[in-house]
Amino acid sequence: MTTESLDPPAMNVAPRDSGFNVRTLSLVGLLFVIAVTFHLLSGGLFLTARNLYNIVVQTSVVAILACGMTIVIVTRNIDLSVGSVLGCVGMVIALLQIQIFPQEAAWNWPLTVVIGLALGALIGAWHGFWIAYLGVPSFVVTLGGLLIFRGAAFEVAQGKTLAPFDPIYRLFGGGIDGALGVGPSWMLFVVIMVLYGLGEILVHRRQTRLGFHSKARAKVLRFALVLVAAAAFVATMNSYLKPRSDIGRGVPIPALVLLSVVLFMEFVTRFTTFGRYIFAIGGNIDAARLNGIPTRRTVLVAFITMGVLCAIAAVVTTARLNAGTSSTGELLELSAIAAAVIGGASLSGGRGTIAGAVVGALIIQSLESGMVLIGASSSQRMVAIGLVLMAAVFADKYLSGEE
Amino acid sequence: METQTGKPLVEMRGVFKAFGGVHAVEDVDVTLHAGEVVAVLGHNGAGKSTLMKMLAGAYRRDAGSVHIDGKAAELASPAEAFELGIETIHQTLALADNLDATANLFLGREIAWRVGPFRIMDSARMRDVAAKVISQLNPRFTNLNTPCRDLSGGQRQTIAIARAIHFEAHVLIMDEPTAALGPHETAMVADLIRELKSKGIGIFLISHDIHDVFDLADRVVVMKNGQVVGTANTSDVSQDDVLGMIILGKCPEGAIPGPGARSNPQ
Repeated sequence: MTTESLDPPAMNVAPRDSGFNVRTLSLVGLLFVIAVTFHLLSGGLFLTARNLYNIVVQTSVVAILACGMTIVIVTRNIDLSVGSVLGCVGMVIALLQIQIFPQEAAWNWPLTVVIGLALGALIGAWHGFWIAYLGVPSFVVTLGGLLIFRGAAFEVAQGKTLAPFDPIYRLFGGGIDGALGVGPSWMLFVVIMVLYGLGEILVHRRQTRLGFHSKARAKVLRFALVLVAAAAFVATMNSYLKPRSDIGRGVPIPALVLLSVVLFMEFVTRFTTFGRYIFAIGGNIDAARLNGIPTRRTVLVAFITMGVLCAIAAVVTTARLNAGTSSTGELLELSAIAAAVIGGASLSGGRGTIAGAVVGALIIQSLESGMVLIGASSSQRMVAIGLVLMAAVFADKYLSGEE
Repeated sequence: METQTGKPLVEMRGVFKAFGGVHAVEDVDVTLHAGEVVAVLGHNGAGKSTLMKMLAGAYRRDAGSVHIDGKAAELASPAEAFELGIETIHQTLALADNLDATANLFLGREIAWRVGPFRIMDSARMRDVAAKVISQLNPRFTNLNTPCRDLSGGQRQTIAIARAIHFEAHVLIMDEPTAALGPHETAMVADLIRELKSKGIGIFLISHDIHDVFDLADRVVVMKNGQVVGTANTSDVSQDDVLGMIILGKCPEGAIPGPGARSNPQ
């Protein structure tokens, strides 16, 4: 009968160790090459505390979006609307905080953030409903969303620019005071490394008890590498001083927001059934369905997650600009998709990693920043990033042996 | 004519299914008893896979009733079929090729702890169980961490069979179980069917090739154009009789004619 034929399964590999695989490591290597190259070309401007701090802050927004984009792409969908959703949510937050709620109220900015997150979730659910339950392709639904929410962002305040935001809210943007400070940065470093170490030990013990060969040496090496990298990161952020002072800034708040997002998304994609299901759906949706996976609900939740991440990115972006404008976030969907794809997400579904997406975002922002430092125009930067995207996907296909 | 006594394990009555204007399954009655192997035969497009997918919860029937162990069953989803002990080895094997053997074995039914809105997988436990189940079936199959797309046909089949064994099927549906296998693996599947049968599991074997299943089956149900041509004990009919049913829709002596039998055999 005609109905019994199933699509040929997609030819993809899921990550087994998404935090630290060869693909991600080679991207980190690429990042180093980019950094050193631009450092030399710019006469020593790239690898400075100031530039690296700015790259981290700029990367945060793209990386937050790329994390969500990765799970959407893993389910074999796409979201073209994230820049517009970011703009729209940002405008709603700006309108509420600056024009509607009393400016002096302590509850003002927290409430606007909560409303922004809820709005992001709602928009994500709206897209997800059209895609998962009405069966309209995600490309079309989110292309519609790109127009709808950019238009809505204008309508919220008739195109006016709204400013200024609450001083506390602005900390999310990583401005002059928007960092942890030297002491707390080191404390955060210690806490995270201890938790990470304990987690590894727990997993190792459990695997050994069940009689599995757990590669202790590789894990120790991995821990040591992360330890050194994290220490170098914190030291660099601490060495960027506030203007006209000798006070180090420390880890910027946007990086902290990104870190929370990454930890949460890594947890979800690696350890929960939801994570397993998005990969199964992307790999073979018919198999997923026949095995009783709630495919529609899973895709819906993937888009809701994307919507919430758009709202988080909107908070960081508007706080950094200290203004709400209806054009905020334009073309960001392309950076987010590029970051996810450079990071190893396959547009045919079933493959992608959160860590890869973050490194992908870092690569894009480093290129942007490096080319600014050597005096390239914005048009030249666009050409270069377009070429890098294509080369990255080609290299990935070639290296992973796919024809 | 049913030689078995007692309540059937599966009883499908007056089942209909249409896709658009095409009647894929029309007024079909089928029963299956514990420890019985029933072959569902017919050409491609005869409706046998559609019928079995309704039992597996993959398709919802338009009309008719299904009783499992005497209890009416809705069978609205694969999950519901799993709960009733109905396992299916699909022709496509229903594997996600980007995931490994363990992930595929437990796909949709992971061992997990519920923590708030999350279900956190016990990966180590699942790997442990998968290693045991799979080594029973195929001791040489040890690469449990390899994505399924890099496995052989026999290994892929093993994973699909391991699902049915691990989740303790009472009713097992096997859709063209040997279509993609070599002679050695086909013999292994035949041994497995006999073993499961001896444990009292009821088995539906779907096939378009009578030679694959005639010796294994206690009964055959032949379908043509969405209807049952007839049902027969394999001891009461010859292979040629059954071929006549499949090709011509002609019901021989020794078989019980169904609604799809040709009324005027020429």
